[in-house]
Amino acid sequence: MYKILEKQDLNDLTKLMVVEAPQIARKAGAGQFVIVLIRDEGERIPLTIADYDRQAGTITMIFQEVGKSTMEMGTLKVGDSFKAIAGPLGHPTEIENFGKVICVGGGVGIAPVYPIARELKGAGNYVISIIGARTKGLLLWEDKMRAVSDELIVTTDDGSYGRKDLVTVPLKEILDAQPGQIAKIWAIGPAIMMKFVAATTKPFNVPTVVSLNTIMVDGTGMCGGCRVLTDDGARFVCVDGPEFDAHRVDWSSLLSRMAFYRSEEQQAVEGLRKSHECNLEGAVAGGVK
Amino acid sequence: MAELTKKERMKILRQDMPVQGAEDRVQNFNEVALGFTLELAQREAERCLQCKEPKCMEGCPVGVTIPEFVEAVREGDMDKAVRIMKDKNNLPAICGRVCPQEVQCEARCILGKKGQPVAIGRIERFVGDFELANNTFEVTRGPSTGKKVAIVGSGPASLTCAVDLARMGHDVTIYESLHTPGGVLVYGLPEFRLPKAVLRAEIETAAKALGIQILANHVIGRTLTIAELAAQYDAIFLGTGAGLPTFMRIPGINLNGVMSANEFLTRVNLMKGYQFPEVDTPVKVGRKVAVLGAGNVAMDSARCALRLQSMRSKAKDGQSANEVHIVYRRSPAEVPARLEEVHHAEEEGVIFDFLTNPVAIIGDDKGAVRAMRCIRMELGEPDQSGRRSPIPIEGSEFEMEVDQVIMALGTSPNPLAFINADGLERSRRGTVVTEKETGRTTMKGVWAGGDVVTGAATVISAMGAGKRAAADIDRCLKGESPW
Repeated sequence: MYKILEKQDLNDLTKLMVVEAPQIARKAGAGQFVIVLIRDEGERIPLTIADYDRQAGTITMIFQEVGKSTMEMGTLKVGDSFKAIAGPLGHPTEIENFGKVICVGGGVGIAPVYPIARELKGAGNYVISIIGARTKGLLLWEDKMRAVSDELIVTTDDGSYGRKDLVTVPLKEILDAQPGQIAKIWAIGPAIMMKFVAATTKPFNVPTVVSLNTIMVDGTGMCGGCRVLTDDGARFVCVDGPEFDAHRVDWSSLLSRMAFYRSEEQQAVEGLRKSHECNLEGAVAGGVK
Repeated sequence: MAELTKKERMKILRQDMPVQGAEDRVQNFNEVALGFTLELAQREAERCLQCKEPKCMEGCPVGVTIPEFVEAVREGDMDKAVRIMKDKNNLPAICGRVCPQEVQCEARCILGKKGQPVAIGRIERFVGDFELANNTFEVTRGPSTGKKVAIVGSGPASLTCAVDLARMGHDVTIYESLHTPGGVLVYGLPEFRLPKAVLRAEIETAAKALGIQILANHVIGRTLTIAELAAQYDAIFLGTGAGLPTFMRIPGINLNGVMSANEFLTRVNLMKGYQFPEVDTPVKVGRKVAVLGAGNVAMDSARCALRLQSMRSKAKDGQSANEVHIVYRRSPAEVPARLEEVHHAEEEGVIFDFLTNPVAIIGDDKGAVRAMRCIRMELGEPDQSGRRSPIPIEGSEFEMEVDQVIMALGTSPNPLAFINADGLERSRRGTVVTEKETGRTTMKGVWAGGDVVTGAATVISAMGAGKRAAADIDRCLKGESPW
C-alpha cells in the first residue's frame, strides 16, 4: 500500500510523486488533501492532492523540501512506500459554471490550483490563470496550466521569466480593466501571498477563495491545531476547510500560528543535516581505509 | 496455605501497589504504578470474603465474575484466573489500569463499608499482565458464520465488540482513521498510565488469534462512508468515540500556546513528541502551564506537561521555576477525575486552583499567550448533573501569568463519520441515538456504543456498550432477534 510509482524533480526544491492509493483516488476531488506519514516515528503532514487517476488508483502529490519531513520524503525512491496516507480530507472545491474566473497559483501552490483550474474549465468557465514564483527555477507546470486556461500570465519576483511582478499586480490590472466581469477568484500559495491577494480583491468585492495549509496533527477534526480565526469565529481548516473566504480570514493570527513551531522545525532540519554529515564523514573515512 | 477465617481475612490490610517515586517519575514517561507481585496479589486476594451474593459484580459494566477470579488468584491458579477473566473481559491489562474501580466494583465491596475494599482493579491488572507475559490463554474463534461485520473505530468499545463478535465466529474488519489502532487508548492515555506496549500486545494478540482485520488510515465519512460499508457488510458497529475538542468561547483562544488537550496529548502520546527531536513531531511546554478542567484528560495533560518541563529543564540547567496548574471552576468535591490520578497529580506537584474560571486569554505583541484573566467562583444550587453549579463572584477578577493554556473541557463525537448517513439520528449534542440495551441505531444494520453514544465517559462503560452490541449483533445475524 501507498507505494511510490513515479517520482519527478519539478525543480531544485519541488518534487512530484505518484502514489498507489486506490481508495483515496476513488473519492478525491479538486481542493482536497491527504495526511502522509513516512515512518512510525515520523510526522503526520498535510499535502494537497495535486491530481488523481481513479482508474489507475493513484494520487499525485507535490511538495517542497522545506522541513525535515519533506526533505526525508524527497529521499524516498520509486518502489518505496509511505507508512500511511489518509484521505481524501477536507471539502472539495465547489465547481460550477460561474462565468469568468481567475486562478492564482504561487510557487508550490501552482500544483493544487491546477486541478481546480482544470475542473473550472471543464465546467464551462472562462479561466484566467496567474502563476508566479520567486524565480524561474521554482516555477512549475506552466504547460499544464496553459492547457486548462483561456489566458495565462506568468510572473517571477526577480524577473528571470515572464513578468517581473508579484502575482497581485496583474491580478489588480485585470480587476481594474474588467470591472464586474470576474465572478470568482481562487488563490493558493504561501500564506503571505494569499493575504495580499485577499487585500487586492477585497476593494473589488469579488468572492475570493483561498486554500489554507495550517499546522495539523490528525487532519480529521480531533486536535484543533489547525484552527483559524474567521469573521464567523474559530474554524478548523481540516474539516471546515481547507478552502475559506479570503476576505473573512484573520491573516495576522494565521501567520503567527503558522510560525509557532519554527524553532523546532529549524532544530529538526539541523539534526538531519548533522546526521547526513556524520554519514558522509563515515563513508569517506571508510573509503580511505 | 491454611484457610483463613473471616475475621482473619478482615484483619489483612489492603495491599499497596509499588509505584515509582514522585521525584523520579516526573523525569520520565515510564509507568507510575508498577503492579502487584504474585505474593502481593495473593495477599490481597486473601481479603475477599467470597460473598454468596457478590455486590462487586453489579458494579462491573462487563459483568466479570469477580469473586471467582480473585479466588483463583488466591489459590495461585493463574491459568484459571485468566480463563475466568477473559470469559467476560478481553482487555484486563487495560481495564486494571484505567477503570475507575472506586466508583464501580470496589465501591460495592462489602469490606468498604467499614474499612477498605478489596483492591479488585490491582488484582485484575495482575491477571492481565500475567496473561500478556505468559500467553496461557488461547482465545479461539467460533465456527464461521459467514457473516461480515465492519467496526468503525478501534477504541475500547470497538475492540471489545470486535473481539466478542470474532469469538462468536463472525468475520470482523476494523476501520481506523489514524495510523495506529487503539483510539483514545493510544492518542489520549499517556505512556505512564497505559504503556503502549501493553496496548499493542492486547490488540495484536486478540487480532491474530481471532483473524480480525485492522485497516488503518481509513477515515470513515471520507475514505468510505457508512452507506458504502452498509452495502458490503451484514452489520456495522460505530465506536468512533468523542474526538472533537471543546474550546471555551472567550477572547484569545487562537493565541499561540493555547491548545486542546487532544492536540497536546496526541502530540505526546500518539506521536511520542516527548522524544523530540529523536521523533519528528514536536510538542511545546510552557514554563507556567494552565490546564482547564479537572477530568482524567486534564490530569493526564497536567502530568504530561510536568514531565516535559522536568525533562527539559534538567537537560538545560537543572533549574526549575516551572509550574503546572489545574484551573477548575468548581470545588474539590466535584472533581470528575479518577481518584488515583488526582492523587498522583498532587504528589507530582500539580497546583490546583479551584473555584476559578478564565474569562479571557491575553497575548503579547507576538501573538503568544502571556496571561489569563480569571474570576473567582462560589458554589450555588445543584444543577442538572446534581453538582452544585459555580457562580462568578463579582469584582473578583485577577490576572494569572501563564504561557500555555491547555483546554481539557470535554469532547463530543466527531461528525465526520456521519457524512452521507442521513438515516442515522443524532442528538443535539451530536451523540448517536441508540436503543440502550442493544445499541441499535435508527439506521438498519448499524449499531453504536461508547463515547459516540454517551459523550465522553469511561473506557469500561464503552467496553460494556461494545459487549452488549456484540451480543445483539450476534442474535440479529443468527436470526434470533430480527431488526
